Amino acid sequence: MTSPLRLLIVDDEAPARTRLRDLLADIRDQVPNEVVAEAANGREALAALERHAVDIALVDIRMPGMDGIELARHVARLPAAPSIIFLTAFDQYAVQAFELSAIDYLLKPVRAQRLADALVKAVRRRPDAAALGRVATAAREHLSCAERGRILLVPVADILYLKAEQKYVTARTRDREYLLEESLVQLEEELGERFLRIHRNCLVARQAVTGVERVSGAEEVEPYWEVLIAGIGERLPVSRRQWPALKAALKA
Amino acid sequence: MDADSIREMPDSPFAGPDFAAPGIWLRVLLAVNLIAFVAVVASNRDTGLLADEFLGVAAMLEPTALLALSALALAGRHVRQRSTWLQLVAVTVAAAASAWLVAAMTAPLRGGSPIISGWRPALVSAAMAATLFHWLHLRTRAQAPAVTEARLQALTARIRPHFLFNTLNAVLGVIRSEPRRAEAALEEMADLFRALMKENRTLHPLSEEIALARQYLNLERLRLGDRLQVRWDVESCPPDALVPPLLLQPLIENAVYHGIEPASEPAEIRVRFSREGDRIVFELENPLADAASHSHGNQMALANIRERLALFFDLEAGLDAAAADGCYRVRIQLPYRVREGR
Repeated sequence: MTSPLRLLIVDDEAPARTRLRDLLADIRDQVPNEVVAEAANGREALAALERHAVDIALVDIRMPGMDGIELARHVARLPAAPSIIFLTAFDQYAVQAFELSAIDYLLKPVRAQRLADALVKAVRRRPDAAALGRVATAAREHLSCAERGRILLVPVADILYLKAEQKYVTARTRDREYLLEESLVQLEEELGERFLRIHRNCLVARQAVTGVERVSGAEEVEPYWEVLIAGIGERLPVSRRQWPALKAALKA
Repeated sequence: MDADSIREMPDSPFAGPDFAAPGIWLRVLLAVNLIAFVAVVASNRDTGLLADEFLGVAAMLEPTALLALSALALAGRHVRQRSTWLQLVAVTVAAAASAWLVAAMTAPLRGGSPIISGWRPALVSAAMAATLFHWLHLRTRAQAPAVTEARLQALTARIRPHFLFNTLNAVLGVIRSEPRRAEAALEEMADLFRALMKENRTLHPLSEEIALARQYLNLERLRLGDRLQVRWDVESCPPDALVPPLLLQPLIENAVYHGIEPASEPAEIRVRFSREGDRIVFELENPLADAASHSHGNQMALANIRERLALFFDLEAGLDAAAADGCYRVRIQLPYRVREGR
């Protein structure tokens, strides 16, 4: 190893960050490393990743705001995503899931030797977005897209609709559109409670629907329904196949 | 055994049911009415008259039961500390005398002789009283100190102190940079361990319970810092009120876990103790970051505390918990008792 590993520490509890720093200093001879940044939550961590090149992020799982797993799923979209080692105190469930998905983790209290081993093992191991999705216990609160080497967070609550277009999915908020590198099917699976499918290529946020309107098209075109979207005055066509399910969902 | 031990349990091997306890009154009255109802149904010929017949019988039985219970409650220890046989005699005599008295007083209404008309109700009441006494006796025995204490021990042992583990991790974090703070934390932790390992089978003063909770919160501050805010309102409550041990700490631990840890901003837990007449009311409130997550672990803690309250106070204590307006509230009320001999 020529240059020292560049590390990011993410934990909401100050003593836990201090402890990691101490341990990393202890194993510096064995595994050269430097802590380039610390963060107390997911957002701070993403901001730190914009400013610093990081090889490995040490991430606590249970954090307020954005938990460690969600953070990792966003980080996985970065072109130069750091490897991630999770830290957990006693989450039985998480540990089992991690074992099954071959995701690196360390149990707290972290021991110096285990930390050293994990760092060596983790080098250049990109986070696996699919595996992270499997171990996540809750739907994400944000979706993310990578733009010019940084992560843009899109709060799920702000999204009016998601539309598949060729290779990408577009997330529309009141202000703008974001390109997401995820499939609409997966998004529907994760966020199905908050979104309604109105078309093969389109999911609409339940709360964004202000009404539906029947449109009688030109000749030779059968009449169809359109969903009115709150705030932006757009209308989206409902496919004939989705209409019965949508009607039932809107009545409920 | 101390007077503040489990539900003022029997202080001698003979001690019988406490006829001053609301739980006993409730059970006796329910049983009496149930027996009356069954008897009326059995003897009834015309279903339309069922309600009238029941009221007729109940009107005689209830004053009888109340009268007998009052007499026994007044007699108090003089009865409770006799042998089981003498208690049975006292209960039977009290019931028979009460029945005879009620019958004699209502005889003019029914046009009978005050003296003679009483023998039948007296006999029936005596038989019912003997049966009920036997039932209460068995019940008391089933809840004998040994059984109750074993149950209490088991319940207390089940309080799994996650915070001890969290604290160890936090102490490891500061041990090099702030050795004195680490030292103080370990000392407090030792105190808490002692409290947790104690045989927690007797009530103890509220002041001790509050001190324990404050120590616990000091430890949590080590890792949570300013995120953890607590507002205490305990001035108006007598500190000598007796409460079950480990009542407060597990509830506050829950509040920290569900109210403080998931919150990005500093959040506040409110603890309030007050005295309302002869009752102590405890209220705990914490903000709720995510209502859905407030789940299983908390229910277990609440069930645990509910059962311990029942073991200590029978029907005289109650616990309610509910989430509303982004807040989670737990309310416990229990009778105000102090250690005897003060």
